[in-house]
Amino acid sequence: MNWSLFFGELVSGLTLGSIYALIALGYTMVYGILKLLNFAHGDVYMVGAFIGFFILQWLGGPLTPSVTPWLAVAIMFAVAMLGCGALGVGIERFAYRPLRDAPRIAPLISALGVSIFLQNSALLLWGPQFRDYDTFDLVGVKSYHIGQNFFISNIQILTISVSVGLTIVLALLVSRTRTGKAMRATSFDRDAAEMMGISIDRVISFTFFLGSALAAAGGIMFGLVFGQIFSLMGFTAGLKGFTAAVVGGIGSIPGAVLGGFLIGLTEAFATGYLPGGSVYANLYVFALLIVMFLIRPTGLLGSPVIQKV
Amino acid sequence: MTLGRGQPSEGGLPAPAPEPVDAADRTRVGVDEWVAEAEQRRAAQTGLSGMVVRVWERIPAPGRLAILIGPFAIFPFITSQGNLYRYGLITIIYALLALGLNIVVGFAGLLDLGYVAFFGVGAYLYGIMASGHSGHHLQAEIAIPIVVVSTGLLGLLLGLTSWRLLGDYLAIVTLFFLQAFVIFVNNANGGLNDFSYPFVGKVDLTGGANGLDQIDPFNLFGYHITTTKGYYFFTLISLILLMTMLYFVNGSRTGRAWRALREDPLAAEVMSVPVNRLKLLAFMFGAATAGFSGTIYGAVQSGAFPGDYDVGLLITIYAIVILGGLGSIGGVVIGALVVNGAPELLRSSANARFLFYGVLVLALLVAMKPWYKPVIVLLGTIAFGFAVHGIASAVWSRGTAGHIEGGGQFGRGLEHWVLLPRHTQSIAGWAYFALIVAALVLTMLHGWQRLLALIPTLYLASFVWENKLVEQVSGATRLILLGALLVVIMNVRPSGIFGTARVEIV
Repeated sequence: MNWSLFFGELVSGLTLGSIYALIALGYTMVYGILKLLNFAHGDVYMVGAFIGFFILQWLGGPLTPSVTPWLAVAIMFAVAMLGCGALGVGIERFAYRPLRDAPRIAPLISALGVSIFLQNSALLLWGPQFRDYDTFDLVGVKSYHIGQNFFISNIQILTISVSVGLTIVLALLVSRTRTGKAMRATSFDRDAAEMMGISIDRVISFTFFLGSALAAAGGIMFGLVFGQIFSLMGFTAGLKGFTAAVVGGIGSIPGAVLGGFLIGLTEAFATGYLPGGSVYANLYVFALLIVMFLIRPTGLLGSPVIQKV
Repeated sequence: MTLGRGQPSEGGLPAPAPEPVDAADRTRVGVDEWVAEAEQRRAAQTGLSGMVVRVWERIPAPGRLAILIGPFAIFPFITSQGNLYRYGLITIIYALLALGLNIVVGFAGLLDLGYVAFFGVGAYLYGIMASGHSGHHLQAEIAIPIVVVSTGLLGLLLGLTSWRLLGDYLAIVTLFFLQAFVIFVNNANGGLNDFSYPFVGKVDLTGGANGLDQIDPFNLFGYHITTTKGYYFFTLISLILLMTMLYFVNGSRTGRAWRALREDPLAAEVMSVPVNRLKLLAFMFGAATAGFSGTIYGAVQSGAFPGDYDVGLLITIYAIVILGGLGSIGGVVIGALVVNGAPELLRSSANARFLFYGVLVLALLVAMKPWYKPVIVLLGTIAFGFAVHGIASAVWSRGTAGHIEGGGQFGRGLEHWVLLPRHTQSIAGWAYFALIVAALVLTMLHGWQRLLALIPTLYLASFVWENKLVEQVSGATRLILLGALLVVIMNVRPSGIFGTARVEIV
């Protein structure tokens, strides 16, 4: 057994997985409350990556940052998360809120419209070319060895720990705070929650804010890990984020994280071990999704849904 | 429950017996359709549009078909070959494709986002069976049925997932299917990283990213279709046949069952409609239609290229179906005309300019009710533009230094009205952002405030159009407009422009 390859794929799978987990969290929260598949979520993630890029440029670029590199990274995270949060709230307000009582297919198509709108706006404004984060020059990527075969870089540690940290913050927010309680109530029964005096609109806006902010964090992590971003990156990532949410059980926060890591690991190990894996990794993820649906349509940690007429 | 029922009536007589329960139930059963019909009547029968609709509905079905198809039949005789291909043939192929999608989404209500993959499968499969690339040259009368049957079977396979998955889950699985298809055709060229298939080893199936070229023209019973006109009529006849078939299917037992499935799958199942079989049938019909149109597209292009069968096409076809109205057969043809025709006109920037301002003015005139309001807004916008331009030319001369190329008289007039900075790159980006914000704010204002806010927004829109959007009319701009159109239509009329009104049961 080639342990060096195995650990390499394991670490890159966990890194990928933590990005997918952040995207999946946004899907799962929105779905939990609105029962809406937010197709535009992947594009919000792309916009987050671009905001991070432009903040980096504004701070002097990766080669000559005007502040210490780690502070620059922190500012990138903060601004992109706030900006995308606002974007998410805007999308909800104008594309989904008027359709809350419309037939199910209407908000889905509206979401598709928003997605294509964002994607092509990015194409129009920022062009199709790759933009470099130049992580190597920015923070100086270091590799740490543990034993003979296990490598992990500081960026990978950062990605995994930020992702886990944000998830814990989110979980605490949902389970311990008043707002979190309102979110859970809305998710359980929207009408009843409204009658209890919860401002549904505000709760939904807040959910979109949280989800989009997490997606932005994921976008910046992608930029830091892979060094490059482009305007069409949102589509595939969004698809995988949703797959992660579904595999974990949509509506469940721990499920989304579990699903994210599972998808990331599947992709990494498929790349390393399966035939044609380097180009067909996404096909294997798709196969996982199908198998999941056949065995457990509600996902790993999801609860069965009772259909109502 | 009406007030006063069950109370003692005049003369202290005992309360009248309550209405029989089943009578109330009987009205409830029919209430949705009845309400829908009444609302349709109320919505339709006003003004000019109502008159058009009423006349339209009085024409018998063959007549309606002739009116819709007639212009298409005349078109080849009044235009050149190149235009015939660009405007006509592609529009008909899209209409054919959209009719297939209309079966799945419009009739059966299944949100299939992998639909264009079947279109691609059709083109590639035909290419594999008849092209210089693969070395096989099958007759089209054999190849087309094989393609139709195998895409139908593939649709059946994908449709199997719809047994267990509801709405959104199905959407994501099918979208992933499309993605998987694109990845597959991009890489299945027998290269270093490709699969090694059992028994045959590595095979160059699709030509990878370069596409599958040299696809044969149709060879139907020894008769070769080689001209655009030939394909045009072949496709047009297919369209007529499919529309006729769908018209009868729509009224048949299956069509009605599909509609029941669309309105409420669970209720349909309870009423012993064979839901699963109908879902598969819809998927199969749709996929076979897409496969068939794919063969035509492949033969017309004499090649199949992976970039053609991606999300951009999916959005275009969805826009056609939704614009035409979910479930409406004739609407799809009109939708295809609008969605495909508009970008063709957008191709040259001078035409695009006329279209842009024309649609803007027309939309204002139609959307604002008392006639004087849009007139005020238009005059206000024109005055506002000249004022801004005048101030700018005095204090910021670089802001008016740009030129409109090839705009003719109209373009030269515009140069005195709209700001054209010399270096547009960054300022136009911010203006685009500001325009989105302004459009969103506009939807939150009412009355005179909205009217006033509309003036600078319109000016901003033309500024962004002249400085940014016009650069990429056939690429990003087209899709941006389609995306915005989808959102707006869903907000204004969730069932599509020509769609039938639906009443949701709560």
